[in-house]
Amino acid sequence: MTGFILILISAFFFPGIILRAKSIASGRKGPGILQPFRDVVLLFRKGSIFSKTTGLIFQIAPVISLSAVICAVLVIPFANQKAIISFEGDFVFFSYMLALGKFFSIIAALDTGSSFEGMGASREAFFSMLIEPAFFILMATFSMLTGFTSFSDIFSNFFISGNHYVLIYSIIGFYLFIQIALIENSRLPVDDPKTHLELTMIHEVMILDNSGFDKALIHIGIWLKFAIYGSLMYNVIVPSGWNFFLQVSIFMAVQMLFAIIVGMLESFRARNKMNKNPKFILTVSSIAMIAFVIVLILTNRII
Amino acid sequence: MNQLYSEIFENPFTIGIKEIPVVDYDVFYNNISGMLSDQANHCVAYYGVEVPGYLKLICCIVNDKTHSIRIFSTHLINEKRSVKSLTSACPQLHIFEREIHENFGVEFEGHPWLKPVRYPYNRKSLSALMDNYPFYEIESEELHEVGVGPVHAGVIEPGHFRFICNGEKVLHLEIQLGYQHRGIEKLFIHKKGSLQKCILSESIAGDTSVGHSLAHSQLIDSMGDLEISDSLQIERCIGLELERIAVHIGDTAALCGDIAYQLGQVVCEALRTEIINTTQFWCGNRFGKGLVRPGGSNFPMSDIIADKMLKMLDDAVTRFSEIAGRIYSMPSVLARFEDIGQVTRDQALKTGSVGMAARTCGIGRDLRGSHPFQYFKKLYFNPVINETGDVLARGMLRVKEISESGRIIRELLGFWKEKKKFEHPPVYNYLLKPESFSLSMAEGWRGEICHSAITDENGNIIHYKVKDPSFHNWMALALAVRNQEISDFPVCNKSFNLSYCGNDL
Repeated sequence: MTGFILILISAFFFPGIILRAKSIASGRKGPGILQPFRDVVLLFRKGSIFSKTTGLIFQIAPVISLSAVICAVLVIPFANQKAIISFEGDFVFFSYMLALGKFFSIIAALDTGSSFEGMGASREAFFSMLIEPAFFILMATFSMLTGFTSFSDIFSNFFISGNHYVLIYSIIGFYLFIQIALIENSRLPVDDPKTHLELTMIHEVMILDNSGFDKALIHIGIWLKFAIYGSLMYNVIVPSGWNFFLQVSIFMAVQMLFAIIVGMLESFRARNKMNKNPKFILTVSSIAMIAFVIVLILTNRII
Repeated sequence: MNQLYSEIFENPFTIGIKEIPVVDYDVFYNNISGMLSDQANHCVAYYGVEVPGYLKLICCIVNDKTHSIRIFSTHLINEKRSVKSLTSACPQLHIFEREIHENFGVEFEGHPWLKPVRYPYNRKSLSALMDNYPFYEIESEELHEVGVGPVHAGVIEPGHFRFICNGEKVLHLEIQLGYQHRGIEKLFIHKKGSLQKCILSESIAGDTSVGHSLAHSQLIDSMGDLEISDSLQIERCIGLELERIAVHIGDTAALCGDIAYQLGQVVCEALRTEIINTTQFWCGNRFGKGLVRPGGSNFPMSDIIADKMLKMLDDAVTRFSEIAGRIYSMPSVLARFEDIGQVTRDQALKTGSVGMAARTCGIGRDLRGSHPFQYFKKLYFNPVINETGDVLARGMLRVKEISESGRIIRELLGFWKEKKKFEHPPVYNYLLKPESFSLSMAEGWRGEICHSAITDENGNIIHYKVKDPSFHNWMALALAVRNQEISDFPVCNKSFNLSYCGNDL
């Protein structure tokens, strides 16, 4: 339960910290950390407008997407507490909950009949497909290392598995979760959330037709996804046995660090060319693959 | 032997309208197609003037090497307004013929693409509407069409782009403009006030107000026989170069913005502000409106302004070259610019590209060197050229031109300090030469701007023609994105940064 609440809290600060980090890096003061949150509150008070070409799918998609993401949060553990839901193989459930949310946003985009949104949906589906192996190979590595298949068990046994090489895995896990989060959340270098150019957008173009209440839900979904990956990162670098209050403060620090890393990455580099993205994403998967092979060797399963 | 054309070596110039030899259309056709087969020649103006009984066609062709301007003319009698199209022989004339077709209903036989240009209210065929523009269509199950605009997500002008794509790859792009048509050319005739005309010329394209007002003022100077002192000529050139630096830096910022490189964007935006603030310090307007006037100037250069300008140049241009070095050496930026939106030299020549679009394809087409105006006549000038024709070339050309313009301004300010200063107020009560034709060209930051006018027997302007460089270059953009990814279109478009309102007039 604590994990769930912490993820919710950190999600609300996340976009503000990214924005602020970017502003400071570019020599500006930037908006307050709570500005994105205020924007969403404003959106909640507005009505939604639906295009005549859209149908039921378009109207229910934002709600389903957000609830799917919230379901995914439920399986994330915090410290040595079990997650709200925990069962064997729950990381598969986690991944496909996120995929379900994505699926609905893709078909909602197709539902609008706009040529831009169709292009965005096709790009989003393609890139999500490419990033999926990275996540599963990484989780397989962790299961192999600890011998468990649920998030709660994996992370509570991560540092007590007695394996001295665990530090390598926390670093690889940390790195890969950052990359997966960036790609899943359509940030630089794969996508540019700030652009106004419809032809270059991936995720933003899919939500062009959403307004008001629905748009607020979509924003919150993105924030939550960030916080989810932030907390996965936290779980792979902090041993679960530490003092509870220390854990909470480190959790917040990790989330903040993650947001600042995202902001900095976005300030000092340009975005990928669209046809370089698949290569870039496959690189992330191959790093996961390397980790997987190493764990096979270390656990004497091959050679 | 009858003369086939008038040849003039001056920019701007005024000649009697009756001095231009009029030939039959067949001779006209052979002349022009022969002339344009030389790569150094390109057409700067080709338009029709409605005269009772016939349509007078005037075509001006300039040569980059011999510095000549040749004027051709022919008459089409009202009964026979169907002639052989020059476009198949010289593709660069396609847009001019489209315009003549739209305005006067001349049928150009063999023209592949006689579509509307800008929908003026007095066009020949009133059934041609924005809504029924005959787009190029393709029937296929695999290909899809993407239409962008005329309302865009960013703060840009209206224009409709229709892509035919195979997945992410663009096979064809058609650009439909005309949404910004304001009837500028007609207004030049209807507005009798001289000041009104100046202000009008400044608003042809908001980002080139110095360029266009300079072209207009030169035209009036030439037609009204106004004397322009050396110091005033220098000041005008400085205004033009300042505008060039400001826009080029702003474009570099926008290019960085399009590829989400934040650092380059914010630094260049800040530097641009410094430049345009100097322009504001000089003439009270950040875009140089009010700076150039016929016969004189309301804002003569002073030592204070000159010193401030030099100081600003030392600071801003140096800082710009620093950030530009950083931008164009960063791998992630280069990956987005290199080999994107390539225009070949051959394509640039065929479309008659001018200005930056030509200079990035290895064509040294720059009026400051080939047809010098104002103080450029006395200045050594060598155009800056890049060869590759891609987005990177257009970006790098801006960097080079900025440092070149910085050098020119410093040099001009040096000359200015030595010159005797005459403070002329602008001349608004000029008398234009009667029954004359005048042409004035200036190299704005985007490329050559060409204004031309015809007066009646009382010296009133009865025809005014404006040609913005964008008029040629839009076609180059359409060719540049072929076989590129559709997601690279915005950065291609930004690298050309063509004017919508300059094209639509």
